[in-house]
Amino acid sequence: MAKTLAEKVWDAHVVRKGDGEGANAQPDLLFIDLHLVHEVTSPQAFEGLRLAGRPLRRPDLTIATEDHNTPTLDIDKPIADLTSRTQIQTLRNNCQEFGVRLHSLGDAEQGIVHVVGPQLGLTQPGMTVVCGDSHTSTHGAFGALAMGIGTSEVEHVMATQTLSLKPFKTMAINVEGTLRPGVSAKDIILAVIAKIGTGGGQGYVLEYRGSAIRALSMEARMTICNMSIEAGARAGLVAPDQTTYDYMFGRPHAPQGAEWDAAVAYWNTLRTEDDATFDVQVDLDADTLEPFVTWGTNPGQGVSLSARVPSPEDFGDENAKAAAERALQYMGLEAGTPMKDIRVDTVFLGSCTNSRMEDLRAAADIIRGRTKDPDIRMLVVPGSARVRLEAEAEGLDKVFKDFGAEWRFAGCSMCLGMNPDQLEPGERCASTSNRNFEGRQGKGGRTHLVSPVVAAATAVRGTLSSPSDLDPAPESAAVRSDAA
Amino acid sequence: MEKFTTHTGIGVPLRQSNVDTDQIIPAVYLKRITRTGFEDALFAAWRKDPAFILNQEPFNAGSVLVAGPDFGTGSSREHAVWALKDYGFKTVLSSRFADIFRGNSGKQGLLAAELAQDDIELIWKELENAPGTAVTVDLVSKTVQCGNIVAPFEIDDYTRWRLLEGLDDIGLTLKHEEDITAFEATRPAFMPKTLPAKLS
Repeated sequence: MAKTLAEKVWDAHVVRKGDGEGANAQPDLLFIDLHLVHEVTSPQAFEGLRLAGRPLRRPDLTIATEDHNTPTLDIDKPIADLTSRTQIQTLRNNCQEFGVRLHSLGDAEQGIVHVVGPQLGLTQPGMTVVCGDSHTSTHGAFGALAMGIGTSEVEHVMATQTLSLKPFKTMAINVEGTLRPGVSAKDIILAVIAKIGTGGGQGYVLEYRGSAIRALSMEARMTICNMSIEAGARAGLVAPDQTTYDYMFGRPHAPQGAEWDAAVAYWNTLRTEDDATFDVQVDLDADTLEPFVTWGTNPGQGVSLSARVPSPEDFGDENAKAAAERALQYMGLEAGTPMKDIRVDTVFLGSCTNSRMEDLRAAADIIRGRTKDPDIRMLVVPGSARVRLEAEAEGLDKVFKDFGAEWRFAGCSMCLGMNPDQLEPGERCASTSNRNFEGRQGKGGRTHLVSPVVAAATAVRGTLSSPSDLDPAPESAAVRSDAA
Repeated sequence: MEKFTTHTGIGVPLRQSNVDTDQIIPAVYLKRITRTGFEDALFAAWRKDPAFILNQEPFNAGSVLVAGPDFGTGSSREHAVWALKDYGFKTVLSSRFADIFRGNSGKQGLLAAELAQDDIELIWKELENAPGTAVTVDLVSKTVQCGNIVAPFEIDDYTRWRLLEGLDDIGLTLKHEEDITAFEATRPAFMPKTLPAKLS
């Protein structure tokens, strides 16, 4: 039977097929090619190994970094928060005891685990990649089957280098057409989530296909695959192509010489066959897509930036209506308000969704020569220490600092506020991260998910804005627009 | 893992959809390095509101959570399951669970039982009309009973078997260690290893 890409990768990793057929089938045992580890979801797993007297089976397929708790200021000083410091020290002790490679705070390869894997060339097409973090779906951009796992599964992978998994259903997300200027990968995935809902992908692996996806860079594809989990899917992927190979070539852990040729020959087989069937097909028109923004407290509660805050009455389903009512109350919004009239306090540019070089460049291009709204606090947090170094080599740090933004060290930062980077109660944030849940960025904080260019334009105007709302010439944009 | 066959306890109606794991346990509580002691963290933000269901008697002594659709979305944090268990919940009923949450529950002996939304609505009404009503969740017959309501629920056969037997996943897998070793020998040479470390 003709296979989809996800099925091919799955089949190539079956260590042992589960007994039985159909609904009664036992799970397959799948081999895991790469296990990414960070400080938050690993301590209890390491402790489990210790208590059972089990070794970590494949340290050579495991890599750890510090990201969730790490401060983005004063990284040369001891971490002020004692529980954060203890958790990071625990990771360091565990990695030493079990022989795991670790990139610690201060190391040039430290950073958000989903930025570090690809930049080192460790994420490659056709692999199985797992991590105790739901945004592991990011690595699907390379045509890898990549998914987030819980701590029990982290321990299982440490002990066995395998996972027991029930086969997924498959869903094609077809995005055809050409994105307009100012519209980006983030807008595609926010529109997908608004369309299929936060539960739409449950039980599925998504494959992003179509001309608009093929035209995207690797970093843009990572942004899309990253948020597959926000649509309920544990994994989402894109078939590898020349864009993938060009991105990978020459990276530290990419194959070299004859091995590169062997790898490319294999990667070229990683395509969904023409006569393969998906369980579900979803179509999205790239030509008509506008910048997208969320108004509520789950990532499915989004609209075009040019639209208005919806009314609970717009929703037929009783649960959706109740959820909308609650979300509007939490967000402090009135139905019918134009999204572009919403004033924000903070702009956060960062997270595993949008903290790579292209994201920083795109935002810098918007703000260069313009002036920040004086009441806006803007945090720029590169995804990794390497990204920070590259950005500084290009002078982007100066663009952000001249604009009045804070240029920080790498980590998850305000995406989930496990470090000191948090919103105050009632504070409103335009954020390039992935979750607008209640309290996610700080207790009582209000999050609007946006793309990097919308974040940048918002920092200029002070209200949710798209780049097309800005005055055309940087000279004239230096004078603050009061149009909103 | 403790065996799960049947459980009877006070039902707690949580009339809300999309209860994400940041609500079940906010990130600030994830800094702990232990696997127990998370009961105070469960729904920490919502519990500050005196009107929240778990601040009402007799629901504060509940052990069967009856939630809206898309329960457990968001982060992969297994701490969400630990917090529910530490508080005293043995089972969660919902019409839709997020995949990772469902998986984590199965590993920890918390039964995630999938019911039709219509049945969830009936149980909500029953629990609201007669607070303190016991709910029985029977994994052997895959049924939920609450007052006069008897409703079937779904759970995959493999998770059901592991819960009924109280089996440890890693122990089960290591029975097939020879298969793992054989597979490892076939892995292509071009696939990357993290060690020795190569740096840019």
